[in-house]
Amino acid sequence: MSSSPSVLLESSGRGMEVQLHQVSARHPAAQAGAAPALAGVDLRIAAGEQVAVIGPSGAGKTTLLQVISVALPPTAGGLRLGTVDPWTLSHRQRQGLRGRLFVAPQVPPLPPRQRVVTSVLAGSLPALSLWASLRSLFYPRDIPAAYQALEAFDLGDKLFDRVDRLSGGERQRVGLARALVSPASLWLIDEPLSALDPARAQMAIRCLVERTRSAGITLVATLHQVDVALANFPRVVGMRDGRVVFDLPSSAVTRDRLQHLYDQYEHELRGEVGVPLEQQGPAAAAPVVMHCR
Amino acid sequence: MRTAEGVQAVPQRDPAWLGRVAWILTAVVLLWPLGVATEFKPWVLFERDNLKVTAQFLGTFLPLAHSGEFLEMVARETWRTVAMATVGVALALVLAIPLSLISTRVLSVSALSGRMALLASLVRTGARWLLIVLRSIPELVWALVFVRVVGLGPTAGVLAIALTYGGMLGKVYGEILESGEAQPTQALLRNGSSRLQAFFYGLLPTNAGELTSYTVYRWECAIRSSVVLGFVGAGGLGQQLDNSMKMFNGGEVATMLLVFVVLVALADSTSAWLRKALA
Repeated sequence: MSSSPSVLLESSGRGMEVQLHQVSARHPAAQAGAAPALAGVDLRIAAGEQVAVIGPSGAGKTTLLQVISVALPPTAGGLRLGTVDPWTLSHRQRQGLRGRLFVAPQVPPLPPRQRVVTSVLAGSLPALSLWASLRSLFYPRDIPAAYQALEAFDLGDKLFDRVDRLSGGERQRVGLARALVSPASLWLIDEPLSALDPARAQMAIRCLVERTRSAGITLVATLHQVDVALANFPRVVGMRDGRVVFDLPSSAVTRDRLQHLYDQYEHELRGEVGVPLEQQGPAAAAPVVMHCR
Repeated sequence: MRTAEGVQAVPQRDPAWLGRVAWILTAVVLLWPLGVATEFKPWVLFERDNLKVTAQFLGTFLPLAHSGEFLEMVARETWRTVAMATVGVALALVLAIPLSLISTRVLSVSALSGRMALLASLVRTGARWLLIVLRSIPELVWALVFVRVVGLGPTAGVLAIALTYGGMLGKVYGEILESGEAQPTQALLRNGSSRLQAFFYGLLPTNAGELTSYTVYRWECAIRSSVVLGFVGAGGLGQQLDNSMKMFNGGEVATMLLVFVVLVALADSTSAWLRKALA
């Protein structure tokens, strides 16, 4: 991967700055008349900052991550990663830039027949030559690193198991452990806790935040668990209908703001994710229980 | 038989009957000209003279030919047939793997963000066309061509199998790679891996079982088709079978047919074992 020219790369280990200026975006498959998934988003995330993105379903959180991860070109506005606009680069340069990002989709992207050690080390591929990565298939190149990454998520004993022997929660943690071996300076993590029980979720998110903070890596995570976001992240961005509703230090996020953000989606705020609004009866009248700690 | 007015008649007939007859008649009427065009007259098999010829030929199957010299020759030619099929498939892989890697859309970096780039899409289409050309010419025809170029012998058979099977394997590999789950591969590409890294760490482990079992099945087909290629002078067991048929030596024919059955059964159990090992 010697293709990336020096304009892209600050030295590894330093976080990457993210700037969105009036960014709008829509899904490639969306109908022409449909509302854009992102509508004029302004956001500036400093190098080495940790930010949680919250908001009800369909708010545009995942689309925001896709735009930042150079997966979805904005239909309007500008994106800057570090000092460059990724969409002005050549294909080759852009792929080199992607090697400095770590993107974790909500469903862990692990081939079922692969061993856990290989799945974890796949996170380090952008830093390896093709020959080195083939040799690592023959004999894993850094077993201690893979073990330590797994151990951070309490999974060290699964090192040589096959991925399809793991539970859903274990798979999700393997997907996160990949981040710890990746050469990335910007982590973009979508719903890292969706398959985890509360104790594991707390542990996983603490691990992600602490690792990025101590290594100076920029972290952007979308979260459904509002309480977890407020307790662990110094800065929280609330999104709704493709717009940024608030962008505040977590100590400044009040109940009123949350109630406003989740208006008519109170069941999600209470943690009952996935219950359709219609089944809620008179949702507006339902008492709002908060878990703000 | 007739029921009185007002009494519910007990149904005696299936109302769908007429429609069914009509469909059968239509099928017969449509198939008839096809039978005529292919001079399909199965009763010829059972005319007395023909029955006698058949019985005589089948009668010579027993006893199986089993002289030491003959068996030695069969063993040698069987080995040559297996070698022809194996080398042919190996060469076909050399063609098929790069072409399917080029043609598969899952490994497109430009398609990660919406549309595939024009040049990439042209190259992919070109690879697909090349695969179509390779496999649209039957291996028998390739063999006839190569027998003229490189002379009688297994080389012609190997080249013929390599070209046709390269086309078939490349096409089906491409389809297997695109029909499997793409998410692991695309996640690796999104994280900045190169296409080949994404192939070895995402696409290959996702689809290894299907790819292997199809390859073994094709190897089995290659053994069968190397027999046919022997008939046009490409050597191996097929050529010996052709000779024995021409000499009306039923015992030799029967022995060689048995060898084919054993070979195909072996390929079948190999494939079953491999699939289990990779499952």
